[in-house]
Amino acid sequence: MAGCRMKLELSRVALGKGRLGVLKGLGKTGQLSLEVPGCLLHTHLGTVPHLTQDTLSTLSTLPSVTQITLSNIAEHQEVLEEFKDGFRKFAGLHDTVLYCALHDPATPCPTGHTTNKTVSVWGKGREPELVPEHGGRRDVADQHLPIRGSESQWIAHLATWMSVSWFTKIPGVAMLQLKHMRLEEYILSTSWRAWRCFGVVEGGDILEERVRSAKETAKRPVSGFCLDGLQTGSMDQALRTQLISAVTKELPEDKPRHSDKSLLHMSAPLPAVMEDLCGSQRELKACEELKHTRVHMLLEGLLQGVGRPDEVLASVEAGVDLFEGFFPFQVTERGCALIFNFNISSNPELAGRAPPAELEPGEDQETAGDSQHNGDLNPDDQTQMTSFEINLKDKRYQGDFRPLVEGCGCYCCRNHQRAYLHHLLVTNELLAGVLLMIHNTAHYHAFFSALRDALAEDTLDLLKRRVLGQTERKD
Amino acid sequence: ASPLTLRIVAECPVTKARACDLILPHSAVSTPVFMPVGTQGTLKGITVDQLDALGCQICLGNTYHLGMRPGPDLIEKANGLHGFMNWKRNLLTDSGGFQMVSLVELSEITEEGVKFKSPYDGKEILLTPEKSISIQNSLGSDIMMQLDDVVSSTVTGPRVEEAMHRSIRWLDRCISANKNPEKQNLFAIIQGGLNTELRKACLDEMTQRDVPGFAIGGLSGGEEKDDFWRMVTLSTDHLPREKPRYLMGVGYAVDLVVCVALGCDMFDCVFPTRTARFGSALVPWGSLQIKNKQYAKDFEPIDPDCQCPTCKRHSRAYLHALFKSDSAAMHHVTIHNIAYQLNLMLSVRQSIVEGCFPEFIRTFMKRMFPSRDQYPGWAVDALASVNITLE
Ligand SMILES: [Zn+2]
Ligand SMILES: [Zn+2]
Repeated sequence: MAGCRMKLELSRVALGKGRLGVLKGLGKTGQLSLEVPGCLLHTHLGTVPHLTQDTLSTLSTLPSVTQITLSNIAEHQEVLEEFKDGFRKFAGLHDTVLYCALHDPATPCPTGHTTNKTVSVWGKGREPELVPEHGGRRDVADQHLPIRGSESQWIAHLATWMSVSWFTKIPGVAMLQLKHMRLEEYILSTSWRAWRCFGVVEGGDILEERVRSAKETAKRPVSGFCLDGLQTGSMDQALRTQLISAVTKELPEDKPRHSDKSLLHMSAPLPAVMEDLCGSQRELKACEELKHTRVHMLLEGLLQGVGRPDEVLASVEAGVDLFEGFFPFQVTERGCALIFNFNISSNPELAGRAPPAELEPGEDQETAGDSQHNGDLNPDDQTQMTSFEINLKDKRYQGDFRPLVEGCGCYCCRNHQRAYLHHLLVTNELLAGVLLMIHNTAHYHAFFSALRDALAEDTLDLLKRRVLGQTERKD
Repeated sequence: ASPLTLRIVAECPVTKARACDLILPHSAVSTPVFMPVGTQGTLKGITVDQLDALGCQICLGNTYHLGMRPGPDLIEKANGLHGFMNWKRNLLTDSGGFQMVSLVELSEITEEGVKFKSPYDGKEILLTPEKSISIQNSLGSDIMMQLDDVVSSTVTGPRVEEAMHRSIRWLDRCISANKNPEKQNLFAIIQGGLNTELRKACLDEMTQRDVPGFAIGGLSGGEEKDDFWRMVTLSTDHLPREKPRYLMGVGYAVDLVVCVALGCDMFDCVFPTRTARFGSALVPWGSLQIKNKQYAKDFEPIDPDCQCPTCKRHSRAYLHALFKSDSAAMHHVTIHNIAYQLNLMLSVRQSIVEGCFPEFIRTFMKRMFPSRDQYPGWAVDALASVNITLE
């Protein structure tokens, strides 16, 4: 238990070129780790959309952190309270860390209804709904402060990390003030939980407010930072990069973590209860004891709502470490397959193993044409197809007997052809979602792996050109 | 010789049940067998590897749907339906006639074939016995079905007789149209409605043809169960012992067990997979409606004795919650239901081999129904006709 501590070990920090490292000490016994830059596993109630354990396990490498959504889980509060053994066990998950976000990044979330007393939680396809307590409104503070009363301990059953974001959609000075007050109050009252708490950096598109928010959040002993309100569609990449760069400057420096691991090691005896608090008295007591220990901050910048490969690349350069993994799901839902090329290996042997997206000469133009028709005509709309994917419903794939991506080792590409996926899509068959989700998830995670390799080998520029190549070609 | 061998492994000394090894081009099938239905070249959200892992040795594809989309030419290019969907085991395809009559309005049946308007482009299409076989040849199924003249089982009178005679004539046309008799088996379909004489006449005629297997058709279409089982048992009485018997469209657990006792070997039905998508999980004591509130806090698996991937990992409560969030919930129940059907048939087979099928039936019925007076009368009668008395 004592060995359980979360820490970010950076192996490489290139100025203005992103950070490479491993987030270690995750999981109940601290045995799990997550490579950064990386993305979380996007789920619906702990289930990767469309996939069962059989189909999920065909994916060779999965992130060790699973993202669940409070809005998704809120309605099952009573059930979880009765279950007692924690959400992870409830969802049949085994060795994974849970990250609980307030909203599902893949579903547009209406603004408003968030006050200093309550938080709106949007259920699936329903009206905004305030989490009720005994038929009335549930006080947010209560809901997020499980230690106060035994009845409201349910959040503790949920997650390892919980983003503290009560006023996300309301930028502005007054609200930020309020937010910081709340965060303070939250951390003070449950300091043991703070280790698992990410502070949210907000401020809309006002640079001064972003910086202010970053400075204020950085004063609190949070485990990491979420950069909110920068999602695709809310602003262009140039402004996003500008804001991220300004914010990351204010967040605690890399140096202490990078150069003084021993300090971190000694001064960061994170609570043994990284996850699965499960209301165990013993663990709660252990937390209480640790409460007053002064601990250095551990930092990861988690960027919410950003998933497009080009935006990921730009954000990594600006200093972001973690992303939500919802993009493959969005691509799947529109019947598309990720095909963008991220293979920059000069070693032909490696090149054969990494999934390249090389298309035949004739096909190249077709794909470019594809982008022109369906591409980034409306970049503000997350439901729109991007130039990183092909639309398999298109008639041209009707008789295409090639895999989605030549050389891709995923279950879908090893076993099925584009023609079959086209057929499944036009006949509205459920298997289409399953197979596309497998491929898109594999492809996206392989992209992150290539991104880390590029950081390690200092070839990020080359990777950028390769990934963006398809976008440029269409212009 | 046709590419099919039936080896009778055991016969029940009491009932007409038998356990066989049915050797087909792509693999051997242990009968009695339930064949899941993969209408459009896919089994509702389940991958072929999952289906294989569940022990499925044969599944169905629908000629009507596949003939429309993606069409026989494309499937032929993909090395048949096996290649198109990447299924390594056996496939059975229907003739397309049933869908046409039941799904398409304004279909018209003449001696030539079934005429109907395409629901996709409105074009008039004529499905003849030759056309049906030609599509099924392109699909490359291990077992093809003849085009038959389908009449609702509730229809009576001269139309039934006409359909029966036409089905015999169409069988002959199908036999001569089969381009791959050495690779693909063609089954005849016994018609004759609920009329004993007509069924008998159809049986007499069709069993004279050299076909590798027989289906019992024109049933499970809303007729009285009393009529249903009598037609089934009449058919098996007159079908040759050395050829497989396929009872079409039957898939409820009780029906399966009873009809095995009446001598049928093969069954298919969309019910177990369709009902799964509505959250209905099949269990030895009936079914659970997972979406019902009563399962919200039920932390047991669907069936604690079931060894399927769903039951090994997930609780009723989690599935209940997941149904509100993701389609994977349907896949979980679909997998369980297929496992349930396949395992039911496996235990049936085992009991036949071990010579204790009558005992199996009694235990099965006791578990399925809370009390003796809830046993369906038709099942009691049908079982009594093959010397099984239920106490
Ligand atoms: Zn793939
Ligand atoms: Zn099961």
